[in-house]
Amino acid sequence: MTAVTEPIAQEKRKFDFSAFLQRFGTLGIFVALVIAASLWSPSFLTAPNLLNVLRQVASSAGIMAVGMLFVILTRGIDLSVGSVASLGCVLSAYFIAFSGYGVATSVVLVILSGAACGLVTGGFVAYLGLPSFVMSLAMMAIARGLSLIISAGRPIPIGDAGDALSAFGSGFFLGLPQPVILMFGVFAVGGIVLNFTRFGRLIKAIGSNEEAVRLSGIAVPRYVLAVYVISGALAAVAGIISTSRTGVGSAQVGVGAELNVIAAVVIGGASLMGGRGGVINTLLGALVMGMIANIMNLAGVPGYHQQVYMGLIIIIAMLIQYGAGSLRR
Amino acid sequence: MSELARLTAITKSFGGVRALRGVDLDLRAGEVHALIGENGAGKSTLMRVLGGEMVPSSGEIRIDGERVDFRNPRAARAHGIAIIHQELALAPDLSVAENIFLGELSPVISWGDLRARARALIDRLGFDIDPGRSVGSLAVAHQQVVEIAKALSRKLKIIVFDEPTAVLSTQDAERLHAIIAKLRDEGVGVIYISHRLEEVLSLADRVTVMKDGEVVGTKAAADLTIDEAIRMMVGRPLAALFPEKGPRAIGETRLEARALCAGRLVRNVGFSVRAGEIVGLGGLVGAGRSEVARAIFGADRLESGTIALNGQTVKLRSPKDAVAAGICLLPEDRKLHGVVLDAPIRVNATMARLSAVVNAFGFLKNALERRLVADLGASLKLKAASMEAPVSSLSGGNQQKVVLAKWFHAGGDVIILDEPTRGVDVGAKSEIYGIVFRLAEAGKGVLIISSEHQELFGLCDRVLVMGEGELRGELLPPDYSEENLLSLAISRRSAKPKAA
Repeated sequence: MTAVTEPIAQEKRKFDFSAFLQRFGTLGIFVALVIAASLWSPSFLTAPNLLNVLRQVASSAGIMAVGMLFVILTRGIDLSVGSVASLGCVLSAYFIAFSGYGVATSVVLVILSGAACGLVTGGFVAYLGLPSFVMSLAMMAIARGLSLIISAGRPIPIGDAGDALSAFGSGFFLGLPQPVILMFGVFAVGGIVLNFTRFGRLIKAIGSNEEAVRLSGIAVPRYVLAVYVISGALAAVAGIISTSRTGVGSAQVGVGAELNVIAAVVIGGASLMGGRGGVINTLLGALVMGMIANIMNLAGVPGYHQQVYMGLIIIIAMLIQYGAGSLRR
Repeated sequence: MSELARLTAITKSFGGVRALRGVDLDLRAGEVHALIGENGAGKSTLMRVLGGEMVPSSGEIRIDGERVDFRNPRAARAHGIAIIHQELALAPDLSVAENIFLGELSPVISWGDLRARARALIDRLGFDIDPGRSVGSLAVAHQQVVEIAKALSRKLKIIVFDEPTAVLSTQDAERLHAIIAKLRDEGVGVIYISHRLEEVLSLADRVTVMKDGEVVGTKAAADLTIDEAIRMMVGRPLAALFPEKGPRAIGETRLEARALCAGRLVRNVGFSVRAGEIVGLGGLVGAGRSEVARAIFGADRLESGTIALNGQTVKLRSPKDAVAAGICLLPEDRKLHGVVLDAPIRVNATMARLSAVVNAFGFLKNALERRLVADLGASLKLKAASMEAPVSSLSGGNQQKVVLAKWFHAGGDVIILDEPTRGVDVGAKSEIYGIVFRLAEAGKGVLIISSEHQELFGLCDRVLVMGEGELRGELLPPDYSEENLLSLAISRRSAKPKAA
C-alpha cells in the first residue's frame, strides 16, 4: 500500500494557497484596512476613534454575529436577528419603565424572550424540516410587529428606573467601554463552545453532513434547535445594549441588521454551505464591517452613498476570500 | 473504422489518491467499446476527463486526430461528446421537451415546434413518451431515454453510458441495447461501462479492463470469456482475498427481526442473527436489502413488526435509539451517510459515542480522544497522514475503515454492514474482510449486505436472499452458488420465507 501512503506525504508538503486564504484571508483584509485607513486619515488610528469603532460593532453586528455563526455552521440562516434585537430593545425599556421588575430581572426576561423567538424559528426548522430562510423571514416579520405593537410605534424612555442599565452602556472597564467587554466575552465563550465542547463539534459536523451525523445516532434536531435559541438570545442582548446606550427602547433598532451580521460572518470566512467558520475570523469580519463604516464617516462620504460602497467592499472582500481558491480548478 | 478519440497517458490525482495512472484508450467510429473494472478502478473518472467534467493532471486527448484541451463539459459537447451518467442530469420539474433542448432554448419558446422536434427524437429511439410530461413523473428507464434524446439533439460523435442498466429492468435493458446498436450502426462511438459481464460481452466489440487506475488490457469481446475478464479485473482469484474461516463460537440470538414492514421494499421480513454469526443478505439491486437495514436501524419508519435485541423487544424510533440499544449501521453510501468528509478522522471516529470523550460539562477530553483514536487507527490498519487529516483525503478503503472505527468505538452488539467494500480497492477489501471476522469473533452479530455474491459466500455462515421486498429464502454453505442465489432472488412465487 505504499502507493497510497506515499502521495499523501507529498501532498502535505505542498503549500495549499486556498486553505491559507480561508484561514488568514480575513486577517489580511483586516490588516490591509487598518493600514489603508491610517494612511488615509490621521484621525483613524486614535484611541477615541478606535473605541468608537469597537462600541459601534458591539452594539450592532458584533454580538449577533456569534449566534449567526452558529446558525450558519449548521447550514442554516437566521434573518430574524435584527427584528429580535428591536424586540429586545423595546421589551427591555418596557419592562424597566413600566413593570417595576428592576433592571436585572428585566434583562433576564428580555433574553428569555429572544430565546423564545429562536425556539419558535428553530423548532420549525429542526423538527419539521422547514427551510430556515423562510422560517426566520417569518420570525423577522413577527418580532418586528411585536416590538411595534408593544412600543405603539414610539420610543420608550427607560427613565430613572433604568439608570443601572444606562450606566452599563456608557461605563468603562479596564479602559474599554463595557458593551465592548461584553462583546469580547461573548466571542470568547463562543470560541470555547465551538472548539472545546461536544456541542461545538457536533454543530460543525451537522453543517458538513447532517445525515451522517444522524446515522451516527446523534439527536440532530436538538442541536439545530439550540443554535437558533442561542442566536435569538444574543440578538436580544444586542437589543439591550442598544437600550443601554441610548436610554430608549425603539422599534426602529436593527432594521437591516441581519444583512450586516451575515456579511460579517461571511467576510469572516464562514461557508454558507455549513461546517466551516471560526469565532476569531467572525470577530475580524465584524470589525472589518465596523471599520468600513467608520472610514467612510471620517472621509465624509454621504450616508446614502455609504451603502453602495459597503456593498462593493463586501464583494471585494469575498473575492479575496474565495476568488483565488475557486478560480483555480 | 476510423479512430474517433484517443486518450494517451491520462493521469488524475485527488488529494493523496491517484485515481488514474497513465491510461491509454482509443475509440473507433461505429464500435461499442466496453470499459469494465471493479469499483474505484477509475472508469468513471476517465470518462469525466473525456467529458470535460474533470481536467486531467496530465495526458493528452485527441478527437479525430486533433489535440483538444477540455476545460469544461461544454467544450467536450462542442466536439460531439455526450455522457449519460448513472445519476441522470435532468431537471425533474421541466417537461421532456424542455429537458431535451435545455441548452439551446431560444429566448421565445415555440412550444409546438419544440414538442414536435422532441417527439421526432424519441420516435427515432423507438419509444413513445409524451414530450409535454414532466421528467420527474417518468420511470427511470424513460428518463434515460430523455437523456439520450438530449444527446442526439446535438451533434453526436461519442456517447458514454456509465452503468446505464444498473437501474433498469431486464426488458428495459434490452431496449436500451437496441438503441445502442442503432447508434453504433449510425457510426457513433459508444463507450459502455457496466458491471454485468454477460451483457458487456454480448454488446461490445472491444473490452478494456481497468484496475487501480490503470488499463490491464484491451481485447476483442469475441476473444474474452467471463472468467478471464474477472481475472483481469481482480488480478488474482477471488478466494485468496478471504481470511481462513476459523471455528467461531455461535452464541445466543443477538438480533431478531419479526415481520418487519416498511414501505414497498420491506414486506414481512423476519430473521435472526446470533452472537458470533455472520449472516449475509443477498439479492438484486432494489430488492429491499438496504431498506431492511435502515428500518432495523431506525433510519426509516417501521410500519409494523418488532425487533428484539438479546432477547428483549426494543422500540427503535431513530438511529439514536438504535445506537443506544447497541445496533450499528455502516451505510451503503459512504460519502453521503457514512462519514463527515470535511471533518478529521478523529472527529468521525468518536462521533457515535462522544460521551466517552467528554466530561460532565460537555468539554472534550482531547488527549484521551487522540489516544483512543490512534489505537483504533492502528488496530484497523488505517492509513492516513495523521488522525487529524480530513476523511476526504483518504482512499475509499480507508474511509470505510473510519466508519468501522466509529462503530468499534460505539461498541454495539449488532453490526449491519451495507456494501462494506463498495468502491474499495482489493487490498483494503481483504483487510475489511479480516475486520468482519474480528467483529464476529468478538461475539457480535454481523449482518452483511453485498451485491458481490462471492463476497457473501466467502464471509457468511448463511445467506438470506431477498426479492421485491420479501425474504425469498436462505442458502447454507453447501448450496452457495450464483445460480442458487439468483434463482431465489428472481423466483416470483417462492415458498414462504423461512424463519431462521
